[in-house]
Amino acid sequence: MKQLLVFVKKEFKQVFRDPRTLLIMFGLPIAQIVLFGFALTSEVKNIDILISDHSKDVVTTEIVSKIKATNYFIVHEKTMGDQEIEKTFKGGKIQCILIFPDGFNNELIHQGKSEVQIIADGTDPNTAKTMINYLTTILNEYQLQKFPSSALRYQIRTEPRMLFNEEDNGSMNYIPGVMALILMLVCTALTSVSIVKEKELGTMEILLVSPFRPVMVLVAKAVPYFILSLVNFTIILLLSVFLLHIDVRGSLLLLYAESALFILTCLSLGLLISNSTNAQQTALLISMMGMMLPTIIFTGFIFPLENMPWILRTVSNIVPSKWYFIIVKAVMLKGLGFRFVWKETLILIFMTVVLLSVALKKFKIRLQ
Amino acid sequence: MPEASILVRDLSKTYDKGSVLAVDKVSFEVKPGELFGLIGADGAGKSTIFRILTTVLLADSGTAHMAGFDVVRDYRKIRNLVGYMPGKFSLYQDLTVRENLEFFATVFGTTIDANMDLIKDIYDQIKPFSGRRAGKLSGGMKQKLALCCALIHKPAVLLLDEPTTGVDVVSRKEFWEMLKKLKAQGITIIVSTPYMDEAKLCERIALIQNGRIMSVDTPVNIIKSYPGKLFAAKSNDIYKLLKDFRAHPEIESCYAFGDYIHITLKDPSSSGLEVLNRIAMENNHSNVQIKEIKPGIEDSFILLMSQQKDLVQLTTTK
Amino acid sequence: MEEKVIVCKELTKRFGDFYAVDKISFDVSKGEIFGFLGANGAGKTTAMRILCGLSYPSSGDALVAGFSVRNQQESIKKNIGYMSQRFSLYENLSILENIEFFGGVYGVSRKEIKDRSYKLVGELGLQKEAKKMVGSLPLGWKQKLAFSVSIFHHPKIVFLDEPTGGVDPVTRRQFWDMIYDASASGITIFVTTHYMDEAEYCNRISVMVDGKMEALDTPGNLKTKYGSDSMEDVFYKLARAAKRTGD
Repeated sequence: MKQLLVFVKKEFKQVFRDPRTLLIMFGLPIAQIVLFGFALTSEVKNIDILISDHSKDVVTTEIVSKIKATNYFIVHEKTMGDQEIEKTFKGGKIQCILIFPDGFNNELIHQGKSEVQIIADGTDPNTAKTMINYLTTILNEYQLQKFPSSALRYQIRTEPRMLFNEEDNGSMNYIPGVMALILMLVCTALTSVSIVKEKELGTMEILLVSPFRPVMVLVAKAVPYFILSLVNFTIILLLSVFLLHIDVRGSLLLLYAESALFILTCLSLGLLISNSTNAQQTALLISMMGMMLPTIIFTGFIFPLENMPWILRTVSNIVPSKWYFIIVKAVMLKGLGFRFVWKETLILIFMTVVLLSVALKKFKIRLQ
Repeated sequence: MPEASILVRDLSKTYDKGSVLAVDKVSFEVKPGELFGLIGADGAGKSTIFRILTTVLLADSGTAHMAGFDVVRDYRKIRNLVGYMPGKFSLYQDLTVRENLEFFATVFGTTIDANMDLIKDIYDQIKPFSGRRAGKLSGGMKQKLALCCALIHKPAVLLLDEPTTGVDVVSRKEFWEMLKKLKAQGITIIVSTPYMDEAKLCERIALIQNGRIMSVDTPVNIIKSYPGKLFAAKSNDIYKLLKDFRAHPEIESCYAFGDYIHITLKDPSSSGLEVLNRIAMENNHSNVQIKEIKPGIEDSFILLMSQQKDLVQLTTTK
Repeated sequence: MEEKVIVCKELTKRFGDFYAVDKISFDVSKGEIFGFLGANGAGKTTAMRILCGLSYPSSGDALVAGFSVRNQQESIKKNIGYMSQRFSLYENLSILENIEFFGGVYGVSRKEIKDRSYKLVGELGLQKEAKKMVGSLPLGWKQKLAFSVSIFHHPKIVFLDEPTGGVDPVTRRQFWDMIYDASASGITIFVTTHYMDEAEYCNRISVMVDGKMEALDTPGNLKTKYGSDSMEDVFYKLARAAKRTGD
């Protein structure tokens, strides 16, 4: 036990003496959060919208002034035909077009429902998604305000031409995604590199030729990086709350517990990688480069998984960050309790157990 | 301290799925408390033998025992009684001298103070730098620190893989002085080195080349078994003398050795001095000095290598 | 008057208040085998870097192949060869590919490379291995090959940094045969070594202690001067006085 403690102490000393590790550990998360956070907030502002109002009645005028009142849109008004739509987008300035058909108010009053058309530039799906969300929200709010008692009778139906599986505010989605990404990459990379470093340096050879149980080397490596990753997680959380103003709606304790579990999963993966390679560079390449893309793609926070072909969706199931992402979204953003995420939690536990046992089994008590 | 002898029988090891033969049926024995040297160049197989003995590598065939324990079956027991200094400097560069020592002491379940008597002589030399990071030490100092770390748990057997490679003459001398003191404490020591002149500092040596042991004996006996006579010669133009001798049919071998050339003749019965003087005269050398000398370990090594040449060719072209 | 290919005048390299190389002066003649000895940390490597045009001196100057280390480093590099124990050749290129690459780097024409590389491989007795990866060769052969490559472009001077470290005694001597041949063809050899018997093979030897050049003479004269029977003893007597232990 004392040996383990000394080992852990040594590990901490080495981390704090190595500027490179510190940078990856703490610099990277901060940079990521700030980048993602601010890139997103600027994206949803100052949208050039063209409003083609064929009806020009009381309701449409009110809606247009509502849109103008928000600071998200720069409104351009021009009544035009369908054939001009494509040309307008090709002009490059207009990002979104809102079309009120002729007799909008008329239909609303007489038939109880009316349709508007929202056309968004789909070359940037995320922005398009956000724009559609904003417009839908504005229209819904207007509806509630205008016909509070008879909301069901008079309906303005939006008909967006870009359909996305959207359940939440897009910008909020990024934070759990970035959390998953950072923990997955940083934690796995640092753990694998720190063990491989001992092999490269030759100290592993000395440790093997000592009464120190080889498996304890793994434990001793895992402990400090577990603690550091928790600190790392706390930093991300603080940044999200105070810099990006995202509230933690659910139980903080549950969020920490789930994060600790996910960190364990990543540690196990890192240990597994370190067992299968002998050079720091290889370890870093596998854990950073090799995992970056799958994590970004299959976590689901940038590219919605529901839109992927079934084969990719199946593949995404083996990516731990996908499950963690679901958990954090539920707990942090929706404020749901454990009974809504127990399935995902079980999956993560299962993954950790499998990864860890393979890592332990593959750990060599000798050199190759 | 336990009686720690080492017994190696027919040890073989190949790398890369059998394509590279690193150790080829090696057998030797080290008596308890002996200072034993493995003498050979880089790539001769010394490090592989060390790794098999320290249980971190498995041999393809053959057996090895340390203090009666089998290196495969009883690896855990052996790891308790062995002190090992690998060929490459293998300490934490980013920890200080003191931190390295403390770390390894704890890993081996002991403390620095409990073993001070054993390492005191060596530790005193690095003590002024105890707060310095190991990576910032000079070659000689690193080597002393590594030795301290290897000794921290009072091992019964000390295995040192090329401790003096790349270290200057002064530090090498000091290092061998330290080894003698350790030997006096009853520790069994195996040390490997590519420097032939260090062979005479060991009690017994194994000369090793291309994974094979060419000879195992005391340095004195190895020199004694040198067949035939060895001559040393020099003249004003030593390089021309070397070429002239080499070209002559009566000369068997001829190579530079410090400020002299060493020569052996094909016909052992001929009067060597006469023959050599005659060849030098024929080639108009001036200031010629020729004498019969006692061979050294390096001469024996060169001779054994030339006898192995045919085998060497076979293994490298395979 | 003999042609001087290295003229070194009060060459100094300072790091802060630490004099790694402290006013060293010496000449090396054409075709000479010059042994450059010193204890670990005496300043050998720093001095050698300056002479190879890899680092600037703090003060003093040296002419290497007639060019100043202060401002003509590029010209120096064209006229020297360099080989060390640590880096010599690309392990994952074949023997011929290595020759082709390094010959090309030093501006040897393609035709000449083609003509001479087969001859070189033949001289080294490596015909069968010509297309094998360098990594698969024994260390001694690698070092011999590396030396041949370092003088392939007929440099005026070749710098050898511990070329025979860890090499077996027979191959070590074959290596020195090659050095003698190169020297006889007019190439100046500037060599460092930890083997004191090799120091005897040099025409002249310098010994650096704590950044200063403490001795410079033929091996014979040095032994007489220090009353020693071997270079090892001479070196020991000089280096023991060193105060520096840093590298």
